[in-house]
This record gives sequence, C-alpha cells and structure tokens, in this order.
Amino acid sequence: MHANFLDPFQSRPSLVHSLDARVKVVLVVAFILTSALTPTGAWPIYVMLIAVIFSAEIVSELGLAFYMKRALLAIPFVLAALPVLFTIPGPSLLSLPFGLQLTQPGLERFISVALKSWISIQAAVLLASTTPFPDILVALRALRLPRLLVAIIGLMWRYLFVMVDETLRLLRARSARSATAANPALRPGGKLTWRARVAGGMAGSLFLRSLERSDRIYNAMLARGYDGEIHSLPVPAVPPSAWAALTFGLLLLAFIIAIGRLIY
Amino acid sequence: MSCVVEVEHLSFSYPDGHSALNDVTFSLGHGQKVALVGPNGAGKSTLLLHLNGIHPRQSGSIRVSELDVEGKNLPRVRALVGLVFQSPDDQLFSPTVFDDVAFGPIYQGLSAAEVHTRVEEALEMVHMEAYIRRVSHHLSVGEKKRIAIATVLSMKPDVLILDEPTAGLDPRARRSLIELLRELPQSMIVATHDLPMVRELLPRTLVMDGGLLVADGPTAELLSDPALLHDHGLEM
Repeated sequence: MHANFLDPFQSRPSLVHSLDARVKVVLVVAFILTSALTPTGAWPIYVMLIAVIFSAEIVSELGLAFYMKRALLAIPFVLAALPVLFTIPGPSLLSLPFGLQLTQPGLERFISVALKSWISIQAAVLLASTTPFPDILVALRALRLPRLLVAIIGLMWRYLFVMVDETLRLLRARSARSATAANPALRPGGKLTWRARVAGGMAGSLFLRSLERSDRIYNAMLARGYDGEIHSLPVPAVPPSAWAALTFGLLLLAFIIAIGRLIY
Repeated sequence: MSCVVEVEHLSFSYPDGHSALNDVTFSLGHGQKVALVGPNGAGKSTLLLHLNGIHPRQSGSIRVSELDVEGKNLPRVRALVGLVFQSPDDQLFSPTVFDDVAFGPIYQGLSAAEVHTRVEEALEMVHMEAYIRRVSHHLSVGEKKRIAIATVLSMKPDVLILDEPTAGLDPRARRSLIELLRELPQSMIVATHDLPMVRELLPRTLVMDGGLLVADGPTAELLSDPALLHDHGLEM
C-alpha cells in the first residue's frame, strides 16, 4: 500500500522535462511575478501570458486537459477575491440585497485576480509535473535558499508519503472491522459523534507516532554525524543551452512587463 | 463437509500488470488451523486481503461461511473474517484498549450492554482483562498483538486470519502468543515465516511462491522435504 499517486511528477521525454531544474524554477518564479505585476484590466497582456503558459504546457506533452484539471486548485484563491467585487468604489453595475453594489472597477479587478491566480497556478503545476521533486530541491539550494529550509522541505516530502501510507493502513484496518451484526435488524455504522471520536483518535495516534518518528529520525541523523549543519555535494554547472533558455525566457517576460507598463 | 473458507481459481493482478495471485484454490474446514508460508512477495498478504474483500476480486470465487465475498455480503463477511494485520499499530487506532476492542461491536449497532460483554469476553480470551482501561499507545509489542487479536474476537468471527503474528516478538512473548493461538477454538490461517511455530502449532501448510499455491498438505510432510523448502526460499 503506497501513496505514489500523490507524486505530481509525470515522466515524459519532452523539452520542458529535460530543461535544467534551476532554469525552470527561476523562470516559473519570474513568470508568476510577471503575472502579479500585470496591471488590472490589461487584457492583451493576459492573453500573452496565457499563450506563453499554454505553449509550455503543449510542449511538455502532458496535454492541456491535464493542466486544466490540476489548475482547478486556483478556485479557493479566486473565492478569496470575491469581496473586491463590492468593495471598490465606482459606477454601479448591479444592486444586490444588503446594500451591496457590484461596481465596474470591482468586476475588472476580480476578473484580473482570477486570471492571475489561474495563470500562476498553471505555472506551478507545470513545474511540479515536469520536474522530479529532488531536482527542485537541488535547484532551490543552487538558488541560495537557506540550506536548513531546503532540508526541512526535503524531509517533509520524504515523510509525507510515509504518513499517508500509515493513514491508508489505519483506514484499511478500520474498514476490515466495519461489519454488520448477525442480527440483520440492527443498523450498522454507530452514532455520528462516535464515528467522529474514532476519527479523532486516529488523527491523535498519527500525531503521536509522527512525533516519535521524528525523534527516531533525528537520532538516526545524529548517529551518522549530523551536527546541525546541512552539508551537500556541489551542484554541477548550468549547461550553455539552459543559459540560452533562461535568457530567452527572462527577456520574453521583461518584454511582456514593459508592454504592460507602457500601455496601461 | 462444509467449509469455513472456500477459494476457487482466484487470480489477481495489480494495475501495473504484475500478477500477484494465479489460479489459487484451497478450502479450510471448521476448526482447522493452517499455515500460509512463502517468500516475501509470494502473494500471501494479497491473498489474505481478498478473504474479507478489502481487495476487490478480479476472477475466481471466494466463499466464507457459505457467503460469497462480494457486494452486499461484504459488511457481514468482515465480521466473520477476523483479519489481524501484521503491525498492531495499524490495528489499534483508538486511544484506549476498550475503545479499540469495542469498535467492531459498536459499529455493528449492538446495545451498550452487549458491547461491554463482547469486550470483556474478547479480552478474557486473550488474557488481557486487566488492560481494559489502558492506553494502547503505551503497551509493549506483545501486549499490542494480543489486544489486536481481541479487536477481531469481539466480532465473533468464524475464521481468524493472522499476518505474521510472531514477527518482532521476544521469545517469551512469542511463546505465550503460540499458546494463545493454540487455545483459540476458531479456524485460522496464519501467514508467517516462523516455521518452528508452524511445525508446533499448525497441522496443515500452504506454500505460496510467485502468486501460485505450490504445495498444500500436512505440515510434517512438507517441512521434511528439503527440496521443497529450498526451492521456495524457506528454512527450518
């Protein structure tokens, strides 16, 4: 019983997959910044950003449908932007109960925020689906993210799967004992409050075990000479072709920002 | 003779195409205790998870106490088949021993009085009556194993399925667990690498390797066949 389905990485022989992870991380962060810097209502710029991310998605050979499904992750962020519909002053488009006014600048701002979240999430999904996680960690280290932080992210990733496996085994043990009585008149399932208590107990025991596991892991680290300092092998140099891709990508994004600033 | 467990032509392959069970057929009579042995990855655990329908069946048939293991029978089958997982930490998911042993009976909708009787009976059968108020988290491995067995005994199963019951136990805990399994009247299937226990406790043995049931016969006969043991990675 293994939670491999959680790993977002999808192996394909595409150009996007083979691009150096450091370049991909920089480009994705730069792309998200570009989308954040795009002014409200600059619709042509959004079209350009969408064209860029769609192109990358098509080149990655995973199919647009795959990305559209994963990009639904943006919905909570879009919901968080709902209040701007009513809080930005301007000409009213529609009057709603409770004195709420849907304003035109509010609507523009909301659509812009929604597009930005959708575009940015796609970039993050692209990175996670085309780059094995260990490569992303190496990239973060190469980009001078504090080593301790990288180590913590790495441990989290490693043990997330262990915990999910453990959770799945607990759930399996529970369903193995979720049975009906010999007397068919009795209704199985128990009370809702009791079921909630059982689930709470399971969460609690997972917490206790994780705590104990972290102690054991730390001891195992100490036993192999861990002294509070994370050491790692040097990262190989970025190949010229990757430099070229990085330069091209950054220039393209700078161009998009420049147009946005000049026109709006 | 009617049988508690009847498995016929059971085959199963994982989504990646790896075949875990290949045309497995055997039956288990009332009160019979059999060993299921074989190397890691032979398909023992996959077979056990089929017996109460946790793994959906792909082809072949499984019957437990005259019930087909599928669809609407599954809730009843799960009470009749007491599956004890290898790691008692997975089996014991409630804060206290009482909560855990009571899980099955409460889920079945039994009355509070009946639940208490069931829990007390089950703990008595594994000689752990004194532990009823204890916190599961703080028990030793041997104690957890006994409680894990009690959690299925409280459902009054017809057959006990144990996955590696003696793994990780010290000699004394192992000895007392073997005595406990000897006392229990239920039919049982014990998947294990502990061949000395098999010889001592279980008169019949099934040998699995590579998803196939390669031998099924009296334990004394099978365990004194050096060629068979060697071919399937077993050691006395």
